[in-house]
Amino acid sequence: MLKIKKTIYDQLLEHASREDPIEACGYLVEKDGEIIKHYEMTNTDQDREHFSMDPKEQFQVVKEVRAAGMKIKAVYHSHPETPARPSEEDIKLAFDPTMSYVIITLLKDSGDRIKSFLIKKGVVENEIIEIIE
Amino acid sequence: MKIKVNGEEQAVEGSSISIAQLLKLNEVENPGMVTVQLDGEFVDKDNYEATQVKENNEVEFLYYMGGGSV
Repeated sequence: MLKIKKTIYDQLLEHASREDPIEACGYLVEKDGEIIKHYEMTNTDQDREHFSMDPKEQFQVVKEVRAAGMKIKAVYHSHPETPARPSEEDIKLAFDPTMSYVIITLLKDSGDRIKSFLIKKGVVENEIIEIIE
Repeated sequence: MKIKVNGEEQAVEGSSISIAQLLKLNEVENPGMVTVQLDGEFVDKDNYEATQVKENNEVEFLYYMGGGSV
């Protein structure tokens, strides 16, 4: 289960909308079992159907999060034109088995706007998101 | 010897270990999709076999993060 603060949830939707039409991406950071912060990352692909993070920026954030006593729990990205479900490419490129993979859709009539998945060796499992105050 | 991997101390047998071996030791299944820093410097993927990690070195690795909607 991914426990995420309502403020962060809303900020993810805002980030995805702001980056539209390209895909937004970032990290979700956990402390004491709750997502309390998000890091907006640069989509180096600058593309509406793909995203890649910049390793240099990744290292900066990872070290900053660790120094603050927090942990990166999830990676998120947006699907501007498709539902919040992992694409074939998402599944193929989900290399980190320790991560939750969160997808935000900008489609307003496709069910939940934000969903989380555990993806290990090509096997996708839905992860419940609990929104907390 | 003792080294640091992703901020945590790790004890490794011997006086050196290659980046490739270290990634394997840390259960990385796709080393080609991992970026590595040794003492803050990026290590070229082509040099994972040749680059040796020694006592008190600090190694950071992270997975490529990317995807798409199609």
